[in-house]
Amino acid sequence: MSDKKRLDLEYSQIESDKMRINVGPQHPSTHGVLRLEVEVDGEIVTEVIPHLGYLHRSFEKHCEKMTYPQVMPYIDRLDYISAMNNEWPYVMALEKLMDIKVPEKVDYIRVILAELNRIANHQIAVATFGLDAGAFTPFLFFFRDREYILWILEKMSGARLLYNYFRVGGLAADVYPGFKEDCLNIVKQVRKTNAEVMDLLIYNSIFIKRSANVGILRPDVAINFACSGPVLRGSGVKYDLRKDEPYSIYDRFDFDIPVGKGEVGVVGDCWDRNMVRVQEMEQSCRIIEQAIAQMPMEGDVSALVPKRIKPPKGEVYMRAENPKGDLGFYIVSNGTDKPERLKARGASFVNLSVIPEISKGYMFADLILILGSIDIVLGEVDR
Amino acid sequence: MGLLNKLDDPYEGGGIVLGKVEDLLNWGRSKSDWYLHFGLACCAIEFMAMNASHFDFMRFGTIPRTSPRQADFIMVTGTVTFKMADRIKVLYEQMAEPKYVISVGSCSNCGGPYWEHGYHVLKGVDRIIPVDVYIPGCPPRPEAFEEGMMLLQSKISKQAIFNKRKKLEAEL
Amino acid sequence: MLANEIFDRLKTEFGDAILAFDDTQPTDPFIMVQTDKVFDVCYSLRDNDEFQFDYLMCLTGMDLGENVGVVYHLYSMKFKHKVVLKVVAPKADPKVPSVEMLWKTADWHEREAYDLMGVQFEGHRNLIRILCPYDWEGHPLRKDYETPEFYHGMKVSY
Repeated sequence: MSDKKRLDLEYSQIESDKMRINVGPQHPSTHGVLRLEVEVDGEIVTEVIPHLGYLHRSFEKHCEKMTYPQVMPYIDRLDYISAMNNEWPYVMALEKLMDIKVPEKVDYIRVILAELNRIANHQIAVATFGLDAGAFTPFLFFFRDREYILWILEKMSGARLLYNYFRVGGLAADVYPGFKEDCLNIVKQVRKTNAEVMDLLIYNSIFIKRSANVGILRPDVAINFACSGPVLRGSGVKYDLRKDEPYSIYDRFDFDIPVGKGEVGVVGDCWDRNMVRVQEMEQSCRIIEQAIAQMPMEGDVSALVPKRIKPPKGEVYMRAENPKGDLGFYIVSNGTDKPERLKARGASFVNLSVIPEISKGYMFADLILILGSIDIVLGEVDR
Repeated sequence: MGLLNKLDDPYEGGGIVLGKVEDLLNWGRSKSDWYLHFGLACCAIEFMAMNASHFDFMRFGTIPRTSPRQADFIMVTGTVTFKMADRIKVLYEQMAEPKYVISVGSCSNCGGPYWEHGYHVLKGVDRIIPVDVYIPGCPPRPEAFEEGMMLLQSKISKQAIFNKRKKLEAEL
Repeated sequence: MLANEIFDRLKTEFGDAILAFDDTQPTDPFIMVQTDKVFDVCYSLRDNDEFQFDYLMCLTGMDLGENVGVVYHLYSMKFKHKVVLKVVAPKADPKVPSVEMLWKTADWHEREAYDLMGVQFEGHRNLIRILCPYDWEGHPLRKDYETPEFYHGMKVSY
């Protein structure tokens, strides 16, 4: 049966008392260009069919045609909100394949920048989740702080959003004078805003009524759907690659893994997922403070960067804890300077697939909230 | 504009300003453009930052609309894919005249980094709808958004409303 | 549990269905599985108390010239061990059993592999295109794919 016929058949099976509503692809609350085909019974959602691909930019085809350093900008454009974190598993995979040990200073700078970018990502996530629930002020607060973080990242890499900063075996540029003070100021500011938002949004009774007990994701379902990141941790599963499989130098830092506890509702509801993000910002602040204190200032960050990247024949699957979950890169090298195959396992792609499972039986307005709590970015979903 | 300058030196007593009706209409039109935000990709995140604190896009008199029927111009921010192209066309056609298009970022200008091997990327939104202002960058900085918006405003304020045909013929 | 121990256990259970084991560096060790037995092997890997691979990290479709391949990266949340499975199928008849019943996450991964690589997953309940439009022709990630000139009247090339 052809695809077209299959769809036609689906439409012909609609029962008369149910209605199909189209959400997206151009709609602000879908966080991008996601299209949802929703079947509703009155106001209750009975079925959700996501249609992806409205931002399918042929990422994997480009990877096969480009050399390894040229692939880096495309990797930035996967999860464009946290580009520093995206680059990390890619360079780690190549470093593993080529057997390069990066200098200690590089590791520290990577940790600090990745955690800064994680805070920036969670700020957008919490801000837009608040926006979905009808709260506009936290959005402005978070974007004010995010701009300060972007200033640091811009001073380091030269770009505001898509950095192209990590290199295999090192970094593109060294830290600027005053970097440490800037980071410590940011940490202070993030904590201050978080305290404000706690009162303003998180423990606001309207917000709790809106988001608690909605979109409950059971831990076994979450694991079966291979969810990761705050979505999985919101369901109470203590799973964080930074602790479970410490890559780089994450084993040197003292931090906790926040998990959903069902403080105001059931474990694994939208409120829990959102709360995990807010708590993770605090943990990132702790990591940044420790890394700043331990970081050595001497050494060349681009000394070990090879002139020509030509990994030996082989294959590697490397994943790292992105703000949205595990981002994995499966790289198959054929011994030339271009990858034979590069598959990106996007966290948002996998996390989004749980939507039809957890949104059944809730109100239509809750569907938008559930989508917001999953925190997808369509660049990574469609690639 | 010329209209506001005349207010500095009004005719004695009555506060009368002499000017063309066209200038008044264009002044009003260019200072209150509502836009249909078509956030597609990375540029939309910069556009969110543009809308929020620090930059405050609304000081240009713009208000985001989610319906094409209420919008004066459409802001195409990001990569246009073939799956999306039909939607953009439909939304553009649904807008009421006069309508304008701002194409934001390299992807919607010309395909951007996906120009060569992007089998599913439309190489420039101007292949399906006419574009008034191109904002370059990948993604553009918020300052670039500001300049693009000012360019559109100056374009609108110079447009002819009455005797369009005559003026056009004179230009030719 | 290390990959070679998993291989030995699987070999005793499935015999000839487990084809080969490769742990040459720097390649990640992987286990080649006979194509039509991959569902049974995965079922055992998921539900056997010693393995408990309850987390499918990644499922990749590969173009291997004459054949198409599918690579499964499995992970166990309890024991924190990993294993890589590989199967191949001829390009003329690229049929691979679906594991969508075992891990729900495989649903979209398999649809993507079908969409971009043209692997036919048998037993998948809704194997339609996911990223490309529903009326797209061909499977773009195959090495011999040729980009069409026009799509719906729009020029594809630059």
